[in-house]
Amino acid sequence: MTALNIQHVVKRHGDLETVSDVSLTVEAGERVALLGHNGAGKTTIIKMVLGLMPISQGTIDVLGNHPGSAAARRQTGYLPESVAFHGALTGREQLHHFARLKSVPLKQADDLLDRVGLGHAADRRISTYSKGMRQRIGLAQVVLGQPKLAILDEPTSGLDPVSRHEFYDIVEEMAHNGSAVMLSSHALTELELRTDRIAILSQGQLVANDSLQQLRERASLPIRFKVTASTDTIESVSDKLGGTRVNCQSVELMCRPDEKIGVLSAITALGPVVKDVDVTPASLEELYRHFSRIEEKSS
Amino acid sequence: MTSILSIARLELLIARRNLWVATAIVLMATFNVVLTIAGNAPTGVLGAGPMTVSITSITTLSVYLMPLIGLLLSFDAISGEAERGTLTLSLSYPLSRAEILLGKFFAHLLVLGVAVAIGLSITAAIIAFRHEVAATEWRALIVLYFTSLALGATFLGLGYTISALVKQTGAASGVAIALWLIAVVLYDLGLLGALVADAGGTFTKTIFPYALVANPADAFRLLNMPDQSVNMLSSGLGAASSATGLGGQLASLLVWPIAALLFALLAFRKVEP
Repeated sequence: MTALNIQHVVKRHGDLETVSDVSLTVEAGERVALLGHNGAGKTTIIKMVLGLMPISQGTIDVLGNHPGSAAARRQTGYLPESVAFHGALTGREQLHHFARLKSVPLKQADDLLDRVGLGHAADRRISTYSKGMRQRIGLAQVVLGQPKLAILDEPTSGLDPVSRHEFYDIVEEMAHNGSAVMLSSHALTELELRTDRIAILSQGQLVANDSLQQLRERASLPIRFKVTASTDTIESVSDKLGGTRVNCQSVELMCRPDEKIGVLSAITALGPVVKDVDVTPASLEELYRHFSRIEEKSS
Repeated sequence: MTSILSIARLELLIARRNLWVATAIVLMATFNVVLTIAGNAPTGVLGAGPMTVSITSITTLSVYLMPLIGLLLSFDAISGEAERGTLTLSLSYPLSRAEILLGKFFAHLLVLGVAVAIGLSITAAIIAFRHEVAATEWRALIVLYFTSLALGATFLGLGYTISALVKQTGAASGVAIALWLIAVVLYDLGLLGALVADAGGTFTKTIFPYALVANPADAFRLLNMPDQSVNMLSSGLGAASSATGLGGQLASLLVWPIAALLFALLAFRKVEP
Protein backbone atom coordinates (compact mmCIF):
# COMPACT_ATOMS: atom_id res chain seq x y z
CA MET A 1 0.00 0.00 0.00
CA THR A 2 1.32 3.42 -0.90
CA ALA A 3 1.46 5.58 2.21
CA LEU A 4 2.86 8.67 0.58
CA ASN A 5 2.46 9.54 -3.07
CA ILE A 6 4.11 12.69 -4.37
CA GLN A 7 3.38 13.36 -8.05
CA HIS A 8 5.05 16.08 -10.14
CA VAL A 9 5.18 18.51 -7.27
CA VAL A 10 6.47 22.02 -7.87
CA LYS A 11 7.00 24.74 -5.28
CA ARG A 12 7.59 28.32 -6.33
CA HIS A 13 8.42 31.30 -4.16
CA GLY A 14 7.84 34.14 -6.62
CA ASP A 15 10.22 33.46 -9.52
CA LEU A 16 12.32 31.02 -7.53
CA GLU A 17 11.51 27.36 -8.01
CA THR A 18 12.69 25.52 -4.89
CA VAL A 19 11.14 22.17 -5.80
CA SER A 20 10.85 21.22 -9.48
CA ASP A 21 8.69 18.35 -10.64
CA VAL A 22 9.47 15.87 -7.88
CA SER A 23 7.70 12.50 -7.89
CA LEU A 24 8.32 10.08 -5.05
CA THR A 25 6.39 7.32 -3.32
CA VAL A 26 6.86 5.63 0.02
CA GLU A 27 5.22 2.26 0.57
CA ALA A 28 4.03 0.91 3.91
CA GLY A 29 6.93 -0.67 5.77
CA GLU A 30 9.50 1.06 3.61
CA ARG A 31 12.26 3.38 4.81
CA VAL A 32 13.20 6.07 2.33
CA ALA A 33 16.03 8.51 2.91
CA LEU A 34 15.86 11.97 1.40
CA LEU A 35 19.35 13.30 0.77
CA GLY A 36 20.47 16.68 -0.37
CA HIS A 37 22.54 19.60 0.78
CA ASN A 38 21.10 22.62 2.53
CA GLY A 39 18.58 24.34 0.32
CA ALA A 40 18.07 21.30 -1.91
CA GLY A 41 14.35 21.31 -1.03
CA LYS A 42 14.12 18.53 1.57
CA THR A 43 12.38 20.55 4.27
CA THR A 44 10.14 22.22 1.68
CA ILE A 45 8.92 18.81 0.49
CA ILE A 46 8.36 17.70 4.09
CA LYS A 47 6.33 20.82 4.86
CA MET A 48 4.19 20.32 1.78
CA VAL A 49 3.57 16.70 2.77
CA LEU A 50 2.46 17.88 6.21
CA GLY A 51 0.17 20.48 4.68
CA LEU A 52 2.08 23.30 6.34
CA MET A 53 2.95 24.87 3.00
CA PRO A 54 0.75 25.17 -0.09
CA ILE A 55 1.79 23.21 -3.20
CA SER A 56 2.28 25.34 -6.32
CA GLN A 57 1.65 22.48 -8.76
CA GLY A 58 1.23 18.71 -8.69
CA THR A 59 -0.41 16.47 -6.10
CA ILE A 60 0.49 14.88 -2.80
CA ASP A 61 -1.55 12.04 -1.38
CA VAL A 62 -1.07 11.04 2.25
CA LEU A 63 -2.72 7.67 2.97
CA GLY A 64 -5.50 8.51 0.56
CA ASN A 65 -6.05 11.95 2.06
CA HIS A 66 -5.23 15.53 1.29
CA PRO A 67 -1.99 16.67 2.98
CA GLY A 68 -2.80 18.59 6.16
CA SER A 69 -6.34 17.22 6.40
CA ALA A 70 -7.44 15.97 9.81
CA ALA A 71 -7.43 12.36 8.57
CA ALA A 72 -3.89 12.70 7.20
CA ARG A 73 -2.58 14.39 10.35
CA ARG A 74 -4.09 11.72 12.59
CA GLN A 75 -2.03 9.04 10.86
CA THR A 76 1.21 10.96 10.47
CA GLY A 77 4.07 11.26 12.94
CA TYR A 78 6.56 14.07 12.44
CA LEU A 79 9.88 15.02 13.96
CA PRO A 80 10.96 18.56 13.04
CA GLU A 81 14.59 19.49 12.49
CA SER A 82 16.34 20.47 15.76
CA VAL A 83 13.23 20.67 17.89
CA ALA A 84 13.57 22.02 21.44
CA PHE A 85 10.75 21.28 23.83
CA HIS A 86 9.95 23.70 26.65
CA GLY A 87 12.63 23.31 29.31
CA ALA A 88 10.22 23.89 32.20
CA LEU A 89 8.35 20.64 31.52
CA THR A 90 9.43 17.12 32.36
CA GLY A 91 9.80 14.53 29.64
CA ARG A 92 6.78 12.66 30.95
CA GLU A 93 4.56 15.75 31.01
CA GLN A 94 5.56 16.64 27.47
CA LEU A 95 4.93 13.14 26.14
CA HIS A 96 1.64 12.80 28.03
CA HIS A 97 0.53 16.00 26.33
CA PHE A 98 1.29 14.55 22.91
CA ALA A 99 -0.51 11.34 23.87
CA ARG A 100 -3.62 13.34 24.79
CA LEU A 101 -3.49 15.24 21.50
CA LYS A 102 -3.22 11.94 19.62
CA SER A 103 -5.92 10.32 21.82
CA VAL A 104 -3.49 7.57 22.81
CA PRO A 105 -3.55 6.00 26.31
CA LEU A 106 -1.01 7.62 28.67
CA LYS A 107 0.31 4.16 29.48
CA GLN A 108 1.71 3.96 25.97
CA ALA A 109 3.61 7.20 26.52
CA ASP A 110 5.11 5.81 29.73
CA ASP A 111 6.14 2.61 27.98
CA LEU A 112 7.70 4.59 25.18
CA LEU A 113 9.78 6.62 27.63
CA ASP A 114 11.33 3.35 28.75
CA ARG A 115 11.64 2.14 25.17
CA VAL A 116 13.70 5.19 24.14
CA GLY A 117 15.82 4.90 27.28
CA LEU A 118 14.41 7.88 29.15
CA GLY A 119 12.67 5.96 31.92
CA HIS A 120 15.14 7.15 34.55
CA ALA A 121 14.94 10.81 33.45
CA ALA A 122 11.22 10.98 32.68
CA ASP A 123 10.40 13.14 35.70
CA ARG A 124 13.30 15.53 35.30
CA ARG A 125 12.91 18.83 33.52
CA ILE A 126 13.76 18.85 29.82
CA SER A 127 16.15 21.75 30.46
CA THR A 128 18.45 19.26 32.20
CA TYR A 129 18.43 16.88 29.21
CA SER A 130 21.27 16.41 26.76
CA LYS A 131 20.67 16.98 23.06
CA GLY A 132 20.39 13.24 22.54
CA MET A 133 17.75 12.89 25.26
CA ARG A 134 15.67 15.70 23.77
CA GLN A 135 15.84 14.04 20.39
CA ARG A 136 14.57 10.83 22.00
CA ILE A 137 11.52 12.67 23.31
CA GLY A 138 11.05 13.84 19.74
CA LEU A 139 11.26 10.31 18.40
CA ALA A 140 8.98 8.97 21.14
CA GLN A 141 6.22 11.40 20.13
CA VAL A 142 6.55 10.21 16.52
CA VAL A 143 6.16 6.57 17.53
CA LEU A 144 3.13 7.37 19.76
CA GLY A 145 0.00 5.85 18.31
CA GLN A 146 1.97 3.86 15.69
CA PRO A 147 1.45 6.30 12.77
CA LYS A 148 1.10 4.89 9.27
CA LEU A 149 3.52 7.51 7.97
CA ALA A 150 6.51 8.85 9.88
CA ILE A 151 8.44 11.87 8.64
CA LEU A 152 11.76 12.60 10.28
CA ASP A 153 13.64 15.78 9.37
CA GLU A 154 17.36 15.43 10.11
CA PRO A 155 16.60 13.12 13.01
CA THR A 156 20.14 12.14 13.96
CA SER A 157 22.02 15.44 13.66
CA GLY A 158 23.95 16.02 16.86
CA LEU A 159 23.54 12.46 18.15
CA ASP A 160 26.48 10.30 19.18
CA PRO A 161 27.03 6.98 17.34
CA VAL A 162 25.42 4.84 20.07
CA SER A 163 22.30 7.02 20.20
CA ARG A 164 22.13 6.93 16.40
CA HIS A 165 22.26 3.20 16.43
CA GLU A 166 19.43 2.98 18.97
CA PHE A 167 17.53 5.58 16.99
CA TYR A 168 17.65 3.47 13.85
CA ASP A 169 16.62 0.41 15.82
CA ILE A 170 13.39 2.17 16.69
CA VAL A 171 12.92 3.35 13.09
CA GLU A 172 13.43 -0.23 11.95
CA GLU A 173 10.85 -1.46 14.42
CA MET A 174 8.35 1.12 13.16
CA ALA A 175 8.89 0.02 9.57
CA HIS A 176 8.61 -3.59 10.67
CA ASN A 177 5.22 -2.78 12.19
CA GLY A 178 4.06 -1.40 8.86
CA SER A 179 4.81 2.32 9.07
CA ALA A 180 6.17 4.08 6.03
CA VAL A 181 9.20 6.13 7.05
CA MET A 182 10.64 9.08 5.17
CA LEU A 183 13.69 10.66 6.71
CA SER A 184 16.12 13.30 5.61
CA SER A 185 19.69 13.19 6.76
CA HIS A 186 23.16 14.58 6.33
CA ALA A 187 24.83 11.67 8.10
CA LEU A 188 25.27 9.63 4.98
CA THR A 189 27.26 6.65 6.20
CA GLU A 190 24.64 5.54 8.70
CA LEU A 191 21.95 5.45 6.02
CA GLU A 192 23.77 2.81 3.98
CA LEU A 193 22.62 -0.08 6.07
CA ARG A 194 19.49 1.32 7.60
CA THR A 195 17.28 2.44 4.74
CA ASP A 196 15.61 0.61 1.89
CA ARG A 197 15.75 3.34 -0.70
CA ILE A 198 17.63 6.57 -1.19
CA ALA A 199 16.25 9.63 -2.96
CA ILE A 200 18.78 12.33 -3.80
CA LEU A 201 17.63 15.90 -4.25
CA SER A 202 19.76 18.53 -5.89
CA GLN A 203 18.57 22.08 -6.46
CA GLY A 204 14.96 21.07 -6.07
CA GLN A 205 15.14 18.13 -8.50
CA LEU A 206 15.09 14.46 -7.77
CA VAL A 207 18.34 13.19 -9.34
CA ALA A 208 18.25 9.64 -8.04
CA ASN A 209 15.69 7.39 -6.37
CA ASP A 210 16.72 3.78 -5.91
CA SER A 211 18.21 1.23 -3.54
CA LEU A 212 21.86 1.70 -2.63
CA GLN A 213 22.79 -1.38 -4.68
CA GLN A 214 21.12 -0.05 -7.81
CA LEU A 215 22.59 3.41 -7.32
CA ARG A 216 26.08 1.91 -7.08
CA GLU A 217 25.57 -0.03 -10.30
CA ARG A 218 24.22 2.98 -12.14
CA ALA A 219 27.00 5.26 -11.04
CA SER A 220 29.65 2.52 -11.54
CA LEU A 221 32.06 4.46 -9.39
CA PRO A 222 35.53 2.93 -8.98
CA ILE A 223 36.24 0.39 -6.27
CA ARG A 224 39.25 1.09 -4.12
CA PHE A 225 41.78 -1.64 -3.20
CA LYS A 226 44.41 -1.26 -0.57
CA VAL A 227 47.05 -4.01 -0.64
CA THR A 228 49.44 -4.28 2.25
CA ALA A 229 52.76 -6.11 2.00
CA SER A 230 56.00 -5.57 3.91
CA THR A 231 58.72 -2.97 3.35
CA ASP A 232 60.95 -5.24 1.30
CA THR A 233 58.25 -6.85 -0.83
CA ILE A 234 56.12 -3.80 -1.53
CA GLU A 235 58.31 -2.81 -4.51
CA SER A 236 57.54 -6.00 -6.41
CA VAL A 237 53.85 -5.88 -5.51
CA SER A 238 53.65 -2.36 -6.81
CA ASP A 239 55.38 -3.39 -10.04
CA LYS A 240 52.98 -6.25 -10.66
CA LEU A 241 49.71 -4.52 -9.76
CA GLY A 242 50.35 -0.91 -10.69
CA GLY A 243 48.58 1.69 -8.60
CA THR A 244 50.11 4.20 -6.25
CA ARG A 245 52.30 3.67 -3.21
CA VAL A 246 50.66 5.24 -0.16
CA ASN A 247 53.33 4.43 2.38
CA CYS A 248 56.28 2.07 2.46
CA GLN A 249 54.01 -0.95 2.97
CA SER A 250 50.84 -0.43 0.94
CA VAL A 251 49.65 0.11 -2.58
CA GLU A 252 46.34 1.65 -3.53
CA LEU A 253 44.58 0.93 -6.78
CA MET A 254 41.18 1.63 -8.29
CA CYS A 255 39.11 -0.32 -10.77
CA ARG A 256 35.67 -0.29 -12.33
CA PRO A 257 33.08 -2.57 -10.68
CA ASP A 258 33.16 -5.06 -13.58
CA GLU A 259 36.95 -5.42 -13.23
CA LYS A 260 36.73 -6.21 -9.56
CA ILE A 261 37.10 -10.01 -9.78
CA GLY A 262 40.02 -9.73 -12.20
CA VAL A 263 41.93 -7.44 -9.83
CA LEU A 264 41.17 -9.67 -6.88
CA SER A 265 42.57 -12.75 -8.59
CA ALA A 266 45.68 -10.79 -9.61
CA ILE A 267 46.17 -9.92 -5.96
CA THR A 268 45.64 -13.45 -4.70
CA ALA A 269 48.06 -14.74 -7.40
CA LEU A 270 50.82 -12.85 -5.58
CA GLY A 271 50.60 -15.40 -2.81
CA PRO A 272 51.93 -14.95 0.70
CA VAL A 273 53.66 -11.58 0.06
CA VAL A 274 50.26 -9.97 0.44
CA LYS A 275 49.56 -9.45 4.10
CA ASP A 276 46.16 -7.80 3.84
CA VAL A 277 43.64 -6.50 1.30
CA ASP A 278 40.94 -3.88 1.87
CA VAL A 279 38.19 -3.56 -0.73
CA THR A 280 36.02 -0.47 -0.44
CA PRO A 281 33.08 0.13 -2.76
CA ALA A 282 31.98 3.70 -3.45
CA SER A 283 30.50 5.18 -0.27
CA LEU A 284 27.16 6.89 -0.16
CA GLU A 285 29.04 10.17 0.10
CA GLU A 286 30.70 9.55 -3.25
CA LEU A 287 27.44 8.40 -4.82
CA TYR A 288 25.72 11.47 -3.49
CA ARG A 289 28.38 13.76 -4.92
CA HIS A 290 28.26 11.86 -8.21
CA PHE A 291 24.50 12.26 -8.66
CA SER A 292 24.42 15.85 -7.47
CA ARG A 293 27.19 16.74 -9.89
CA ILE A 294 25.53 15.14 -12.92
CA GLU A 295 22.51 17.31 -12.28
CA GLU A 296 24.54 20.46 -11.86
CA LYS A 297 26.41 19.83 -15.10
CA SER A 298 23.29 19.23 -17.15
CA SER A 299 21.45 22.25 -15.80
CA MET B 1 -12.18 20.05 23.47
CA THR B 2 -9.66 17.51 24.83
CA SER B 3 -6.97 19.19 22.75
CA ILE B 4 -7.84 22.64 24.13
CA LEU B 5 -7.77 21.31 27.68
CA SER B 6 -4.49 19.51 27.12
CA ILE B 7 -2.86 22.64 25.76
CA ALA B 8 -4.30 24.74 28.61
CA ARG B 9 -2.98 22.23 31.10
CA LEU B 10 0.50 22.30 29.58
CA GLU B 11 0.54 26.10 29.46
CA LEU B 12 -0.52 26.26 33.12
CA LEU B 13 2.33 23.95 34.06
CA ILE B 14 4.76 26.16 32.16
CA ALA B 15 3.33 29.33 33.74
CA ARG B 16 3.64 27.79 37.19
CA ARG B 17 7.21 26.56 36.65
CA ASN B 18 8.26 29.86 35.11
CA LEU B 19 6.94 31.53 38.25
CA TRP B 20 4.49 33.55 36.18
CA VAL B 21 1.64 32.49 38.44
CA ALA B 22 3.60 33.39 41.56
CA THR B 23 4.73 36.71 40.10
CA ALA B 24 1.21 37.72 39.11
CA ILE B 25 -0.22 36.76 42.50
CA VAL B 26 2.54 38.48 44.51
CA LEU B 27 2.22 41.59 42.35
CA MET B 28 -1.56 41.84 42.70
CA ALA B 29 -1.57 40.95 46.39
CA THR B 30 1.18 43.40 47.34
CA PHE B 31 -0.33 46.34 45.52
CA ASN B 32 -3.81 45.61 46.83
CA VAL B 33 -2.59 45.41 50.43
CA VAL B 34 -0.61 48.64 50.13
CA LEU B 35 -3.41 50.52 48.38
CA THR B 36 -6.11 49.30 50.72
CA ILE B 37 -4.20 50.15 53.88
CA ALA B 38 -2.84 53.46 52.58
CA GLY B 39 -6.16 54.41 51.00
CA ASN B 40 -7.98 53.91 54.28
CA ALA B 41 -6.28 56.75 56.14
CA PRO B 42 -8.07 59.84 54.69
CA THR B 43 -11.52 58.25 54.62
CA GLY B 44 -13.11 60.70 56.97
CA VAL B 45 -11.86 63.75 55.13
CA LEU B 46 -13.14 62.64 51.73
CA GLY B 47 -16.41 61.39 53.04
CA ALA B 48 -16.34 58.42 50.71
CA GLY B 49 -16.69 54.86 51.96
CA PRO B 50 -13.45 52.95 52.64
CA MET B 51 -14.24 50.51 49.86
CA THR B 52 -14.78 53.24 47.28
CA VAL B 53 -11.38 54.73 48.07
CA SER B 54 -9.65 51.35 47.81
CA ILE B 55 -11.40 50.39 44.60
CA THR B 56 -10.53 53.72 43.04
CA SER B 57 -6.84 53.23 43.88
CA ILE B 58 -6.83 49.62 42.71
CA THR B 59 -8.60 50.60 39.48
CA THR B 60 -6.00 53.27 38.74
CA LEU B 61 -3.24 50.73 39.26
CA SER B 62 -4.98 47.91 37.38
CA VAL B 63 -5.24 50.11 34.30
CA TYR B 64 -1.45 49.77 34.07
CA LEU B 65 -0.98 46.35 35.60
CA MET B 66 -3.58 44.19 33.85
CA PRO B 67 -2.45 45.07 30.30
CA LEU B 68 1.17 44.62 31.36
CA ILE B 69 0.68 41.16 32.87
CA GLY B 70 -1.54 40.17 29.94
CA LEU B 71 1.12 41.13 27.41
CA LEU B 72 3.92 39.52 29.43
CA LEU B 73 2.03 36.22 29.50
CA SER B 74 1.22 36.25 25.81
CA PHE B 75 3.96 37.94 23.80
CA ASP B 76 6.00 34.77 23.23
CA ALA B 77 3.07 32.35 22.97
CA ILE B 78 3.54 31.84 19.24
CA SER B 79 6.95 33.38 18.49
CA GLY B 80 8.53 31.37 21.31
CA GLU B 81 7.17 28.13 19.88
CA ALA B 82 8.29 29.14 16.41
CA GLU B 83 11.82 29.74 17.73
CA ARG B 84 11.94 26.47 19.61
CA GLY B 85 10.66 24.58 16.59
CA THR B 86 7.66 23.17 18.42
CA LEU B 87 5.21 25.24 16.34
CA THR B 88 5.67 23.11 13.21
CA LEU B 89 5.23 20.07 15.41
CA SER B 90 2.03 21.37 17.05
CA LEU B 91 0.63 22.26 13.64
CA SER B 92 1.31 18.75 12.33
CA TYR B 93 -0.89 17.33 15.10
CA PRO B 94 -4.60 16.76 14.47
CA LEU B 95 -5.81 20.02 16.00
CA SER B 96 -6.75 23.40 14.60
CA ARG B 97 -4.97 26.67 15.14
CA ALA B 98 -8.04 28.00 16.93
CA GLU B 99 -7.74 25.15 19.43
CA ILE B 100 -4.07 25.92 20.08
CA LEU B 101 -4.87 29.60 20.62
CA LEU B 102 -7.89 28.92 22.86
CA GLY B 103 -5.92 26.46 24.98
CA LYS B 104 -3.25 29.05 25.64
CA PHE B 105 -5.85 31.75 26.22
CA PHE B 106 -7.76 29.75 28.85
CA ALA B 107 -4.56 28.95 30.74
CA HIS B 108 -3.37 32.55 30.75
CA LEU B 109 -6.82 33.87 31.65
CA LEU B 110 -6.89 31.47 34.58
CA VAL B 111 -3.53 32.81 35.79
CA LEU B 112 -4.95 36.35 35.67
CA GLY B 113 -8.21 35.24 37.27
CA VAL B 114 -6.47 33.62 40.22
CA ALA B 115 -4.12 36.56 40.76
CA VAL B 116 -6.90 39.18 40.67
CA ALA B 117 -9.18 37.04 42.86
CA ILE B 118 -6.50 36.68 45.52
CA GLY B 119 -5.69 40.40 45.39
CA LEU B 120 -9.31 41.49 45.72
CA SER B 121 -10.04 38.94 48.46
CA ILE B 122 -7.23 40.44 50.47
CA THR B 123 -8.68 43.92 49.96
CA ALA B 124 -12.14 42.77 51.06
CA ALA B 125 -10.67 41.01 54.11
CA ILE B 126 -8.71 44.07 55.19
CA ILE B 127 -11.76 46.34 54.87
CA ALA B 128 -14.01 43.91 56.70
CA PHE B 129 -11.43 43.56 59.46
CA ARG B 130 -10.70 47.27 59.87
CA HIS B 131 -14.24 48.53 59.50
CA GLU B 132 -17.09 46.10 59.36
CA VAL B 133 -18.35 43.50 56.96
CA ALA B 134 -21.09 45.89 55.81
CA ALA B 135 -18.43 48.25 54.49
CA THR B 136 -17.48 45.79 51.73
CA GLU B 137 -19.30 46.71 48.57
CA TRP B 138 -19.66 43.32 46.88
CA ARG B 139 -21.14 44.66 43.72
CA ALA B 140 -18.25 47.04 43.10
CA LEU B 141 -15.78 44.25 43.85
CA ILE B 142 -17.41 41.84 41.43
CA VAL B 143 -17.57 44.49 38.71
CA LEU B 144 -13.91 45.28 39.30
CA TYR B 145 -13.03 41.57 39.11
CA PHE B 146 -14.75 40.84 35.83
CA THR B 147 -13.74 44.07 34.13
CA SER B 148 -10.13 43.44 35.21
CA LEU B 149 -10.31 40.05 33.50
CA ALA B 150 -11.86 41.60 30.39
CA LEU B 151 -9.04 44.13 30.27
CA GLY B 152 -6.44 41.41 30.82
CA ALA B 153 -8.07 39.17 28.19
CA THR B 154 -7.95 42.00 25.65
CA PHE B 155 -4.22 42.35 26.07
CA LEU B 156 -3.71 38.57 26.03
CA GLY B 157 -5.36 38.56 22.60
CA LEU B 158 -3.33 41.55 21.43
CA GLY B 159 -0.17 39.87 22.75
CA TYR B 160 -0.92 36.72 20.70
CA THR B 161 -1.53 38.89 17.65
CA ILE B 162 1.88 40.53 18.09
CA SER B 163 3.46 37.15 18.71
CA ALA B 164 2.05 35.77 15.46
CA LEU B 165 2.88 38.85 13.37
CA VAL B 166 6.40 39.41 14.71
CA LYS B 167 8.11 36.05 14.60
CA GLN B 168 11.10 36.85 16.82
CA THR B 169 10.50 36.80 20.56
CA GLY B 170 12.83 39.75 21.14
CA ALA B 171 11.06 41.94 18.62
CA ALA B 172 7.67 40.79 19.92
CA SER B 173 8.55 41.94 23.44
CA GLY B 174 9.54 45.36 22.08
CA VAL B 175 6.28 45.74 20.16
CA ALA B 176 4.32 44.57 23.23
CA ILE B 177 5.91 47.23 25.44
CA ALA B 178 5.22 49.87 22.80
CA LEU B 179 1.57 48.81 22.63
CA TRP B 180 1.31 48.95 26.41
CA LEU B 181 2.74 52.48 26.49
CA ILE B 182 0.36 53.65 23.79
CA ALA B 183 -2.74 52.06 25.32
CA VAL B 184 -2.29 53.12 28.92
CA VAL B 185 -0.28 56.35 28.69
CA LEU B 186 0.09 57.97 25.29
CA TYR B 187 -3.51 57.48 24.17
CA ASP B 188 -4.83 59.43 27.15
CA LEU B 189 -2.18 62.10 26.77
CA GLY B 190 -3.17 62.48 23.12
CA LEU B 191 -6.85 62.81 24.01
CA LEU B 192 -6.06 65.35 26.71
CA GLY B 193 -3.96 67.33 24.26
CA ALA B 194 -6.79 67.27 21.73
CA LEU B 195 -9.27 68.36 24.42
CA VAL B 196 -7.11 71.32 25.37
CA ALA B 197 -6.60 72.34 21.73
CA ASP B 198 -10.29 71.94 20.94
CA ALA B 199 -11.40 73.96 23.98
CA GLY B 200 -14.91 72.60 24.22
CA GLY B 201 -15.59 72.49 20.45
CA THR B 202 -17.13 69.73 18.36
CA PHE B 203 -14.32 67.26 19.12
CA THR B 204 -15.03 67.44 22.82
CA LYS B 205 -18.74 66.87 22.35
CA THR B 206 -18.91 64.35 19.51
CA ILE B 207 -15.67 62.43 19.02
CA PHE B 208 -14.01 62.49 22.41
CA PRO B 209 -16.55 60.42 24.39
CA TYR B 210 -16.35 57.62 21.86
CA ALA B 211 -12.59 57.90 21.50
CA LEU B 212 -12.29 57.55 25.24
CA VAL B 213 -14.35 54.37 25.63
CA ALA B 214 -12.82 52.95 22.45
CA ASN B 215 -9.72 52.35 24.53
CA PRO B 216 -10.50 49.38 26.79
CA ALA B 217 -8.18 50.74 29.48
CA ASP B 218 -10.21 53.95 29.66
CA ALA B 219 -13.52 52.11 29.53
CA PHE B 220 -12.27 50.04 32.46
CA ARG B 221 -11.25 53.13 34.38
CA LEU B 222 -14.58 54.91 33.82
CA LEU B 223 -16.63 51.86 34.72
CA ASN B 224 -14.88 51.31 38.03
CA MET B 225 -14.77 54.90 39.22
CA PRO B 226 -18.17 55.73 40.57
CA ASP B 227 -17.00 59.02 42.03
CA GLN B 228 -16.37 61.42 39.17
CA SER B 229 -14.48 63.86 41.37
CA VAL B 230 -11.63 61.40 41.83
CA ASN B 231 -11.04 60.99 38.15
CA MET B 232 -8.07 62.64 36.59
CA LEU B 233 -9.92 63.38 33.39
CA SER B 234 -12.67 65.10 35.34
CA SER B 235 -13.28 67.91 32.86
CA GLY B 236 -14.08 65.78 29.87
CA LEU B 237 -15.46 62.90 31.79
CA GLY B 238 -18.92 64.28 32.39
CA ALA B 239 -19.46 64.57 28.66
CA ALA B 240 -18.01 61.15 28.10
CA SER B 241 -20.20 59.47 30.64
CA SER B 242 -23.37 61.07 29.42
CA ALA B 243 -22.70 60.43 25.75
CA THR B 244 -21.67 56.80 25.93
CA GLY B 245 -22.63 55.91 29.46
CA LEU B 246 -22.36 52.54 31.08
CA GLY B 247 -23.51 50.86 27.85
CA GLY B 248 -20.55 52.18 25.90
CA GLN B 249 -18.08 51.18 28.59
CA LEU B 250 -19.52 47.69 28.91
CA ALA B 251 -19.64 47.26 25.15
CA SER B 252 -16.00 48.28 24.88
CA LEU B 253 -14.95 45.77 27.54
CA LEU B 254 -17.05 43.02 25.95
CA VAL B 255 -16.11 43.61 22.34
CA TRP B 256 -12.37 44.14 22.86
CA PRO B 257 -11.47 40.71 24.29
CA ILE B 258 -13.38 38.95 21.50
CA ALA B 259 -12.01 41.22 18.79
CA ALA B 260 -8.44 40.82 20.11
CA LEU B 261 -8.76 37.02 20.04
CA LEU B 262 -10.13 37.19 16.50
CA PHE B 263 -7.19 39.38 15.43
CA ALA B 264 -4.87 36.82 17.00
CA LEU B 265 -6.55 33.97 15.14
CA LEU B 266 -6.37 35.83 11.83
CA ALA B 267 -2.68 36.58 12.38
CA PHE B 268 -1.98 33.01 13.51
CA ARG B 269 -3.73 31.57 10.44
CA LYS B 270 -1.30 33.53 8.25
CA VAL B 271 1.77 32.10 10.00
CA GLU B 272 3.62 29.70 7.71
CA PRO B 273 5.99 27.76 9.93
